[in-house]
Amino acid sequence: MKVKELALDGIVRQNPALKLVLGTCSILALSNEAINGLGMGAAVTFVLICSNLVISILRNIIPDKVRIPAFILIIATFVTVVKMLLYYLGSKSAAIMGIYNAMGVFLPLIVVNCIILARAESFASHNTIGLSVMDGLFMGIGYTVALTLLGAVREILGNGSIFGVALWNFKIAFFTTPAGAFMTYGMFIALFTFVYDRIVRKQKLGGAKILKPKTTEV
Amino acid sequence: MVFSLAIAGIFISNYVVVQFLGICPFLGLSKKVDSALGMGVAVTFVMVLASLITYPIYTYIMLPNGIEYLEIIVFIFVIASLVQILEMVIRKMSPSLYKAMGVYLPLITTNCAILGVAEINLTYELVTGVFSAALNGLFSGIGFTLAIVILAGLREKIDKLPTPKHMRGFPISMITAGIMAMAFYVFTFITM
Repeated sequence: MKVKELALDGIVRQNPALKLVLGTCSILALSNEAINGLGMGAAVTFVLICSNLVISILRNIIPDKVRIPAFILIIATFVTVVKMLLYYLGSKSAAIMGIYNAMGVFLPLIVVNCIILARAESFASHNTIGLSVMDGLFMGIGYTVALTLLGAVREILGNGSIFGVALWNFKIAFFTTPAGAFMTYGMFIALFTFVYDRIVRKQKLGGAKILKPKTTEV
Repeated sequence: MVFSLAIAGIFISNYVVVQFLGICPFLGLSKKVDSALGMGVAVTFVMVLASLITYPIYTYIMLPNGIEYLEIIVFIFVIASLVQILEMVIRKMSPSLYKAMGVYLPLITTNCAILGVAEINLTYELVTGVFSAALNGLFSGIGFTLAIVILAGLREKIDKLPTPKHMRGFPISMITAGIMAMAFYVFTFITM
């Protein structure tokens, strides 16, 4: 039951990309192609699960006054791990090297991705280990799904392909530009809010069970 | 070189609307021109200081000792401590400046534009030394301030207009930012 609630929260009711609108920098930058979105989503999910795990283990040890620096140190460690891991995997396969290069500066910037610190602060720092890992997993899935969908739409419209497979020659280059990123993402959020409101009104899905995270990131 | 850095930092590769760095304060904070300007000045100031400190640490300490893989941890700690020290210094030295800038300082640690400039300085071909790294920080900060002030001005007007219910808030800000990005796209045709 609790797992179902967490899954609904992470993927629909509190979707980090579409409902909370956190971590927008990497969403806008890495949604140029579906595969880049998937790669970024996987990297963020990994960091989210690991940091939630360690923070919930240490939640009674970390003093309240220095918790933010402690969280950032833990997150930075796992981001370094992901960066090294991706670089190692990239030396084995050209496709992963492509994603690694596309991420560029946004790979180290996962450290300051608002979602991770927000989940650490609002969930992992006062929940049990199992629940925190679950929360990290579902939040990561919600982020990855949104980012991959956005990437797929932009890739189909702007490049006439999906996951690198060419579909047709009809291309609107606008969708590959930064302006296209902003507008597509804006329309995505509006559409999500519209559909979500419809469903809530019809099925009484109920609002979010977990309080909106109070985040230090603005 | 100073000229190229200025044009590239402010217009061609504007941190907000071209490189997508610092979007969170761009969307979250910019509802009033005054507070957007205060945030922009604070970010620019920290960007210059962060460039001045992180670039020599990386080039002269980490690279010769082969510990460059620690860059993420070291940079985020330098930035976090820098912001903390700066806040204390400003509070002691100038209460009026603290009133204008101090409230934005705690938010800056997790602003991706700051860590972004530290990371970009390492690979940017125009950055050749500490001085050009600091200049890059300065001009990127000015570009950030420009974008955030323009959006704040636009949003002050847009908030008064009748927008469809589901477009209010983030979606309409994103569309506005998209139109701004279109305007900035023109600068990519500049070659130097």
